[in-house]
Amino acid sequence: MTTEYTASRTSLRTATVMVLFALGFTALMASMYGLTRPVIEASAQAARMSLVGEVLPASAYDNALLDDAVRLGLTPELGLPQGGLVYRARRNGQPAALVFEAGSNEGYAGRIDLVVAVLADGKTSGVRVVQHKETPGLGDYIDQRKDKNRSHPWITTFNGLSYAEVGAKGWRVRKDGGQFDSHTGATISARAVTNAVARVLDFEAAHRQRLYAAPPGSPL
Amino acid sequence: MDTARLREIAWNGLWKQNPGLVQLLGLCPILAISTNLVNAVSLGLATILVMGLVNLVIATLRNLIPYEVRIPVFVLIIAAVVTVVDLAFNAWLHELYLVLGIFIPLIVTNCIVLARVEAFAAKNEIGASAVDGIAMGVGLVCVLAVLGGIRELVGSGTLLAGIDLVFAGSQPLTVFGDDYPGFLVAILPPGAFITLGCLIAARNWLDSRAARPSATAAPQAPEPATA
Repeated sequence: MTTEYTASRTSLRTATVMVLFALGFTALMASMYGLTRPVIEASAQAARMSLVGEVLPASAYDNALLDDAVRLGLTPELGLPQGGLVYRARRNGQPAALVFEAGSNEGYAGRIDLVVAVLADGKTSGVRVVQHKETPGLGDYIDQRKDKNRSHPWITTFNGLSYAEVGAKGWRVRKDGGQFDSHTGATISARAVTNAVARVLDFEAAHRQRLYAAPPGSPL
Repeated sequence: MDTARLREIAWNGLWKQNPGLVQLLGLCPILAISTNLVNAVSLGLATILVMGLVNLVIATLRNLIPYEVRIPVFVLIIAAVVTVVDLAFNAWLHELYLVLGIFIPLIVTNCIVLARVEAFAAKNEIGASAVDGIAMGVGLVCVLAVLGGIRELVGSGTLLAGIDLVFAGSQPLTVFGDDYPGFLVAILPPGAFITLGCLIAARNWLDSRAARPSATAAPQAPEPATA
């Protein structure tokens, strides 16, 4: 080993060591990723399934709903700037329900992500807030887990209602002249969800045939 | 490694150089996550794991890392170790991951990890470094638990909200009754700063009180924070 430390020699040695570290740890991460990916994907699938189970009872359909999805591109009607998926539930091959990913930018703080299940007759089967940043303790009752009303959470007020029956005028919060209640002082959060659900129902009614008929996995 | 040194390392992490109250490092995740007790302790537990592991890895490799570029190499190693821990938890300890998962990536941004690596693991043997990482993590858990507990209690009148995600079937405690109106400031970011400030003051008061009876010792100035 030489004890001659020139600038070029030192920098070369340092650079080599850094590259070796980068290669070594990248290889470690890559092999870990490869090793864990099948397990992680399986549990992500299970999580998605349990979310769907919250808005649509398992007895309502008999197909492998997660594999029977269409991909939507940019869909401002549903509040999806990056697109999203629509899962199609069928029973004996007949349309049973559509499960939409949707969103709203009308919230008090940031985006609200929703999952909305619409039965084949246009009635709402269930709505869930997946992600939101509404004020804790004030606007977060739109999230069922945070709602203090355990027996009748606010988000279930949409269940069983169809847009055609309620009408565009009625499908608003009471403060805007509609029929849906909201908590005093936290109308904005409720309004955002109510309007987003209305847009999903409207979209579903307009595109129902196409949504059920499109081949699985295809973009609409 | 003798017990005196071990005790010193542990005491440093828990009190003298407590990462949350003295070094004041990693405030961003600490203040953001400590809105309730369960979240706060979960973040703390994830930090213990990552800090122990990162200190261990870096102490093992410390003689291979050129001094001039040690910081980028440390960052690389920390990021890689955190990623590996994140993936391993997600795949093999999925129940735990659902609780701790969102906190693990947050730890990369926590400068307490880099600070301990630079201040301790880069210069000390493997065993002592791992103990240092764990002791610092435990010190952080204690602060986070008190901070999260106070904020949750004052802010929403409950304790252990979200515990049902950790232990299925368990119930959060409602301390002030169902009609407690809540005190929103405690949950929002200003409450985090105010509570942390009070905790730091309390710690310094305890320290100066402990120093007083021994009249020979001059009032001890708090250790300077190394930021």
